Amino acid sequence: MKKRLLVGTAVLAVAAFALTACAGTAGSGSSASGISKADAAKATSATDFGGIDGLVAAANAEGQLNVITLPPSWANYGAIIAGFEKKYPKITINSANPDGSSADEVSAAKAQKGQDTAPDVFDIGTAVLQQNLDLVAPYKVANWADIPDDFKDAKGAWYYDYSGLMSIGYDSKVIKTAPKSIDDLLGSAYQGKVAIKGDPTQANEAASAVYLAALQSKGTADNIQPGIDFFSKLKKAGNFLAVTPTEATVVSGETPVVLQWSYNNLAWGAAGGTSGNPDYKTVILPGTALGSYYNQAINVDAPHPAAARLWEEYIYSPEAQNLYLAAGAYPATLQAMIAAKTVDQKTLTTVGEPPKDFVQLTAAQATTAGTLLSSKWAAAIG
Amino acid sequence: MTTAVASAPAATTRGAGTSTRSRRRSAVWVGLLPFLAYVVIFLAVPAVLAVASGFFDSTGVFTFANLKALTSPQILNQFLASFGVSLVTAVIGAVVGAIICFALMGTKPDGVLRTVVDSASSVLAQFGGVMLAFAFIALIGTQGLLTQTLVHAGWAQNPLNHFGNNGTLLYQVPGLVIPYLYFQVPLMVLTFMPAMEGLKATWGEANATLGGTRFTYWTRIAMPILAPAFFGSVILLFANSFSSYATAAALISQGGIIPLAIKQATSSETVIGIANVAGVLALGMVIVMVILMSAYGLLQRRAARWQR
Repeated sequence: MKKRLLVGTAVLAVAAFALTACAGTAGSGSSASGISKADAAKATSATDFGGIDGLVAAANAEGQLNVITLPPSWANYGAIIAGFEKKYPKITINSANPDGSSADEVSAAKAQKGQDTAPDVFDIGTAVLQQNLDLVAPYKVANWADIPDDFKDAKGAWYYDYSGLMSIGYDSKVIKTAPKSIDDLLGSAYQGKVAIKGDPTQANEAASAVYLAALQSKGTADNIQPGIDFFSKLKKAGNFLAVTPTEATVVSGETPVVLQWSYNNLAWGAAGGTSGNPDYKTVILPGTALGSYYNQAINVDAPHPAAARLWEEYIYSPEAQNLYLAAGAYPATLQAMIAAKTVDQKTLTTVGEPPKDFVQLTAAQATTAGTLLSSKWAAAIG
Repeated sequence: MTTAVASAPAATTRGAGTSTRSRRRSAVWVGLLPFLAYVVIFLAVPAVLAVASGFFDSTGVFTFANLKALTSPQILNQFLASFGVSLVTAVIGAVVGAIICFALMGTKPDGVLRTVVDSASSVLAQFGGVMLAFAFIALIGTQGLLTQTLVHAGWAQNPLNHFGNNGTLLYQVPGLVIPYLYFQVPLMVLTFMPAMEGLKATWGEANATLGGTRFTYWTRIAMPILAPAFFGSVILLFANSFSSYATAAALISQGGIIPLAIKQATSSETVIGIANVAGVLALGMVIVMVILMSAYGLLQRRAARWQR
């Protein structure tokens, strides 16, 4: 009797495993709004839904949208997500792994393929995207023409969303005079204070700090070695702080100087309100500036294909583009918005127009730089 | 999972035998089945998949090329750093833990002090990860309580915020020793205390009867008997620290130790296409762990001889 009970338990346990394993795949089926999920996944513009109202209806029927690696304090994503949920109250946004990397987006899409929890949309770095073009579905938003031609894939596989400029954020209570050149960071006032956003062989934003140092020290986008040398000097001077900064470490004073995208430095300062550090200032160094556009793209296996497409329509609406701008991130349609006067003029004045030209590493340059970093970085700061 | 299912009919056939003893044994095996299934699904399968991933390139073609990572100076340095941190925390943890056990031997076995230390150790040995990292950031981070107290006392560049001209101690590999000891010492107390308690009073009496001193008791009887248990515990502590990830990940942002190198390989957005290298690094860690755990098993068997 007892034995049978045990066997029963074991069978039940195995069955439970099998069931949970299958549960993820069972969530498909056609939506109530006329267009099937398969058709929604093939839609390349709102016209395929019979216009924007059809798209909204299909997205409402799905009721969910999975976004990934969008920290609330990054480029104003907190407000952008809240804005979407307010505009489309029938759709709930599930925000996964906010502090993850572009590579984490790709691995989530691969690992959770076919499941309800897989990411619907990506906000992804160029280098990772170019290696994974089979993961994205083409789609063109209604105001596709507003995105400059060199900012998008002609077929609509990907499109730039926003860029910041690499900047130096500093706590003005600790650092009394603003840095005027990258070499200022080597001074004794910066002893143990200069942090970057993680390991450059891992995080694009940290690597971009090295690229900026290269551009500011006679290097080029093709040759970032001077940037590695700069950080080696910074380390030898005892100024390099091996902590990954967050808004919290900036507020507490743990990381007084941070090299990162301007929209993050700005967001952690006075613009961050009560959660920011009012004494935290942002400097964009004179000389060659470094920017980097992130890309929007839709997961080809998106569990909520209509909601994913509606998200892109929303992202390129002046409403969301102005939210990027408010955080100091330059949105892709900025020039078109200036021309059409849909830009929030007050915000633009505060943030300042983007410099006429800034360097952005091409996918090939980024790959070369990454290879160099992986062989030289550890020794430089070791 | 296949193995677990396959073992079930085998167990039943054996259970169908005539002797009561074998029937009882089959019941034991059936009871073990859910656990076996659990271990296979959540330990064996992921481990095999992780290691196997090291032998494929990013397009899924079989290759040995990833093994080259094990010869790169950065990876070797990170293995060395991992060994260093593990060794130092294992030895310090074992010595301090053994001294605590020794001190506790003087108290009543079911007295308040020993019960409190025992249960506190069970809790603290599991206190790791981000919580532990945060506790130490609050104490000895750049803005930590102790660091700032020293600064305000006039010691502006103290060992806590200026270690080896590399800034704050806590955010460097040597600094890991401090938080790691926080869980290593209690783990030592937990694993070593039973061995200490296994020392029989009669051995001490025999030693005294034969004219031995306290010194000869410890050097000739207690220490040789405790040695396998002690070194076994050192190995366990080494393995414990070698496989720790979350505390280090929360504290160190630049490479450092092997678990962080695995993270770098799997999630890098600047060095593209090295995710499978993580499998090779995992293989390296598995080999180290297998060697350590085999040695631990051998020493445990020797230690158990005196605990019957």
